[in-house]
Amino acid sequence: MSTLMVDAQRVHKSFGANEVLKGIDFQVQPGQVVCLLGRSGSGKSTFLRCINHLEKINAGRLFVDGELVGYRQQGDKLHELSDKDVAKKRAEIGMVFQHFNLFPHMTALGNIMEAPCMVKNEPKPEVRQRAVELLAKVGLADKARSYPRQLSGGQQQRVAIARALAMRPKLMLFDEPTSALDPELVGDVLAVMKDLAREGMTMIVVTHEIGFAREVADTVVFMDGGVVVEQGPPSDVIANPRHERTKAFLSQVL
Amino acid sequence: MTDADTEGRPENIRAVPVRHPGRWVALAVIAVLAAMFVHMLFTNKNLNWPIVHKYLFSEIILRGVWMTIKLTILSMAIGIILGSIAAVMRLSPNPVVSSVAWIYVWFFRGTPLLVQIIFWFAISQFIKAVSLGVPFGPQFWSEDTNHLISLFTSALLALSLNEGAYMSEIVRAGILSVDEGQTEAAAALGMRRLQVMRRVVLPQAMRVIVPPTGNEINNMLKSSSLVSTIGIFELLRSAQAIYNSNYKTIPLLIVAIIWYLAMTSVLQVGQFYIERYYGRGSSRTVALTPLQRAKIALAVGSNRAGTR
Repeated sequence: MSTLMVDAQRVHKSFGANEVLKGIDFQVQPGQVVCLLGRSGSGKSTFLRCINHLEKINAGRLFVDGELVGYRQQGDKLHELSDKDVAKKRAEIGMVFQHFNLFPHMTALGNIMEAPCMVKNEPKPEVRQRAVELLAKVGLADKARSYPRQLSGGQQQRVAIARALAMRPKLMLFDEPTSALDPELVGDVLAVMKDLAREGMTMIVVTHEIGFAREVADTVVFMDGGVVVEQGPPSDVIANPRHERTKAFLSQVL
Repeated sequence: MTDADTEGRPENIRAVPVRHPGRWVALAVIAVLAAMFVHMLFTNKNLNWPIVHKYLFSEIILRGVWMTIKLTILSMAIGIILGSIAAVMRLSPNPVVSSVAWIYVWFFRGTPLLVQIIFWFAISQFIKAVSLGVPFGPQFWSEDTNHLISLFTSALLALSLNEGAYMSEIVRAGILSVDEGQTEAAAALGMRRLQVMRRVVLPQAMRVIVPPTGNEINNMLKSSSLVSTIGIFELLRSAQAIYNSNYKTIPLLIVAIIWYLAMTSVLQVGQFYIERYYGRGSSRTVALTPLQRAKIALAVGSNRAGTR
C-alpha cells in the first residue's frame, strides 16, 4: 500500500476557548480528489489550513506524505519545526485562496516565477519557460505582463493556480476558490481544476460547488460542527445522504 | 443633420454652464493682495535685494548649503535604515527583540531633538572614553570620546538616531497596511519570514511609506538647522555668521529662505516620481508625469481646433 498523502488522526483545533475542530479523522490517497462540503463555520477551511501548518493543531496527529505536519517526533516527544523546515514542507504543497492573494506589485508572470526563483533557486530562464507554459495551460497566455488589478477575478484565480503549480506541488489545497467570483467566471476556474484532477493531481477542495464535487471528486466529505459527519463517493454522500445533517445541508444548497 | 440624428439618436446636450461669480470675486481680491505684496517686496528698503543678490552665491553660504545637504542625506539614509530595522524588530515574534525596538522608539521620540543634539555634543562629559574588552573586566583598546565623536559626528548621531525612531513608526505602519493574505500566500509558497518581508511585504508597504518619508526628508532639511546651536556651519549658521558682522539680518535670512525653498522644491519633484514607481500595479492607471500631461493637453487642444 502506498503512503497516504494526507492522514488526519483525531485532529483538534481551538481558537482560544472556541474549539473549531473536534477530532477529525480523514485520509487522502495519492491522486485522489477530495471535496470538503459543509456550511460556513463547520471548520472545513480551518482544517485545510492545518494541512500546510498555516494553523497549528492542538491535539491529534496530522501527516502529509507520511511526515508529521509542523513537528518532529523524537521518542514520545514532539519538537516544533523551525521556520526553515516548516517553509520547506509548505513548498511541496500548493494552496489557492478564496481571495486569490496574488502579489499586486508583480505581473502575472512575476507572480508565478517568484517562488521557484526565490525558494528553490531554480535558474530564471527555465522558470520563465515553465511560467509561460503554465499561463497557457490556464488559458491566459496573453496576460503574462498584466498586473493583477488589470485582470478579472476569474483570471486572477487562474494565475493563482498557475503560481501554485509552478512549485510542482505533490498536493493542492483549494480554499473556496470560486466563492469570491462572479457567477459567469466560475466556469473557467472550475475547468482548470477539472484538467488538473484529470492529470492525476492530489487535490483537497473546500467548495460550495456541489456540481463540481459530484462530477470530479473521488471522495466527498461532509463536515458540520467541527466533525466529519459523512464521507464517501459522491454517488453516496450527495445522491443518497444517510445523515440528517447532510440531507438538511444538501436540500439548502441544491 | 448628422447620420445619428436621422437614425433617431437625440441631439448631444449643449447646456449653459452654471456661472460662478464667487470665483471671480475671490480672484480679484487675491490679485490685489498679491500685487500689494509684490510691490512691498520691491520697494521695502529693509529687504535690500542687492545684498541678497550679493550673498546668495557667496562661498560661505554655498558651503553652508552643502553642509545642510550632507547632513540631510546622511542622517536620512542612516535614519531610514535604522527605522526599517527597528520596525521589523518591533514586529518580530521574539519578545526581547521587539522590546529593544520599543524602548529605542520610546526614548528617541520622547525627548526633544534639540536636547539630543546638545547631549551628543556634550557626551564626553558623561562618557569619558570608549573601550573594547571583557565586560566589567580588562580592556584591550580605549579611545577618548572627544576624539571619537567629532562635532560633525555628534550632529549626525543626534539627527539620525532621532530620525530612525520616527521612521520606524512610518515603516511599521506601512508593513501593517499590507493585507495578511499576502503574507499567507507567500508563506504557503514556502517563503521564509525575512524573504516574505523583503520580496512581498516591504515593496507593497512602500506605497504607504514613501509620502510620509518625503515629509520627513523635508523636515530634516529644516531641522538640521538646529545643529547650528552646537556651532556647525550649515545654511542657517552661515547666514548668521554673516549678519552678525554686517547686521543685514533680514536680507541674509531671505538668502537662507530662498535656498531652503529651492531644496525642498527639488525634493517634491523627486517624490512624485518615486511615488509613481511604487504605485505600479496598485491602480489600473499610473499617474501621468507633467510632460505626459502637457502632451495630452496639446493633443486635445489641436483636436478641438480640428473639429471646429
